[in-house]
Amino acid sequence: MKTPIYLDNHATTRMDPRVLDAMLPYFTEHFGNAASRNHEFGWVAEQAVDKARKQIADLIGTTPREIIFTSGATESDNLAIKGVAEMYAEKGNHIITAATEHKAVLDTCKKLEKHGYRVTYLPLKGDGLIDLDMLRESITDKTILVTIMYANNEIGVIQPVAEIGKICRERGVLFHTDGVQAIGKVPVNVNTDNIDIMSITAHKLYGPKGVGALYVRRKNPRVQITAQMDGGGHERGMRSGTLNVPGIVGLGEACAIAQREMPQEMVRMRYLRDKLRAKLEAGLDEVYINGSMEHRLPQNLNMSFAYVEGESLLMGINDIAVSSGSACTSATLEPSYVLKALGLGDDIAHSSIRFGIGRFNTEEEIDYVAGKLIDVVKKLRELSPLYEMAKEGIDLSKVVWAAH
Amino acid sequence: MAYSDKVLDHYNNPRNVGSLDKSSASVGTGMVGAPECGDVMKLQIRVNEENGIIEDAKFKTFGCGSAIASSSLATEWLKGKTVDEALQIKNTDIVNELSLPPVKIHCSVLAEDAIKAAISDYRNKQGVRIPVHAEQTVA
Repeated sequence: MKTPIYLDNHATTRMDPRVLDAMLPYFTEHFGNAASRNHEFGWVAEQAVDKARKQIADLIGTTPREIIFTSGATESDNLAIKGVAEMYAEKGNHIITAATEHKAVLDTCKKLEKHGYRVTYLPLKGDGLIDLDMLRESITDKTILVTIMYANNEIGVIQPVAEIGKICRERGVLFHTDGVQAIGKVPVNVNTDNIDIMSITAHKLYGPKGVGALYVRRKNPRVQITAQMDGGGHERGMRSGTLNVPGIVGLGEACAIAQREMPQEMVRMRYLRDKLRAKLEAGLDEVYINGSMEHRLPQNLNMSFAYVEGESLLMGINDIAVSSGSACTSATLEPSYVLKALGLGDDIAHSSIRFGIGRFNTEEEIDYVAGKLIDVVKKLRELSPLYEMAKEGIDLSKVVWAAH
Repeated sequence: MAYSDKVLDHYNNPRNVGSLDKSSASVGTGMVGAPECGDVMKLQIRVNEENGIIEDAKFKTFGCGSAIASSSLATEWLKGKTVDEALQIKNTDIVNELSLPPVKIHCSVLAEDAIKAAISDYRNKQGVRIPVHAEQTVA
């Protein structure tokens, strides 16, 4: 077993060597521009792009013509939300999203608010799921778009996407979902899930960074999006720019592998995740799961280790790569807004660790991580005045702290 | 974030972890910070009432590695000092010793606050006790 151990697969994933193999010829040998229609170099590149388009479409249950290539999920989210806002401005100016969305969605919505759009940020239930009744009540005759992520990047909670899409369709509102954490990890189908627009990225599913896609529905309803960059009119006029052929080939291959291996991989990921959880719960008292365990990616575990601060915990497990919702690990000095949206106190948000298990993790690694974490949490609790007070029976919520 | 060697050393081998009897008249306890802010420091001193020298110091800290290191270092510095000398310890001394980056300066401020709070608690206890002695003498 080699250290450091990578368990931060919601941030990014190691590229699958099979993906790299598929990409390599498109850097030096087949270097053509996919938009060059009049020679062999262009045709080869275009064929490769067409194949990738089909591989992506197959994974999400759609047709190749509904896939628009982008530079990644941030661009896809921006293009979807701003593109719809601009295209449907005459119909309405209201967008609905949720408090736990990725910043690429939240900050895009905030930008639109400055331009006269109205945005509703739905609160979350304690388990991290949105309240469908609240969604229904929030839709007005001015609503043009609902954007709710498929699965959350911190807590892995999977939203009731099919129901959300159904509500949107009944009310004639478009539904965009940021699918990056779910695609290739759990079955995603734009038809059974009633999705109109979906953001996709390669690097979360063992593909390369810097390439992504946007699914844009062509029928029932036909979705139109105003391009956000001007240029050669590539990608049905929705996204100009010479296609990143090697990246696109990589995204396609990553999707094909995910589709083939998903059934077995899901079982293995869930086994490893559940083992990690069971070991931590057996070895430590007062550990809490953040978010629904039932509606959750099999790769994700988000736990709070009460009375221990997240950054000091990360410091103790410095041969393991994970993330913490602690303020001290972020530039803003604010604890995770996702955990706070679940109603968690700042103290328990400060004590959280996100584990993202991936294709290349082994059982040996999971055993090591569990053992190490238990040791470090115990050590830090020996150091923790809060743990000592709790053990003395003091109710910490009733203490008046000298806050600073 | 990269930690200085001294922060890592205090984190890996924290000095003077533990608790003193907070009901003892010769012990001063300072508890500063709040769980919501991500740090709580408890710092205790035991003072020799004859000569005013801090004979022992203990800490427990909930917080990041720099907060742990700041309080660990503070206990090292406190031992052997008189109460008045201890009041001269400044957060900037801790920043310099541990090479704390700007975002971690609040950890050193917290440690200075904890020292002051512990001394203040000790002095309050002494202040309360002296009249009691006086009464006893009168009686």
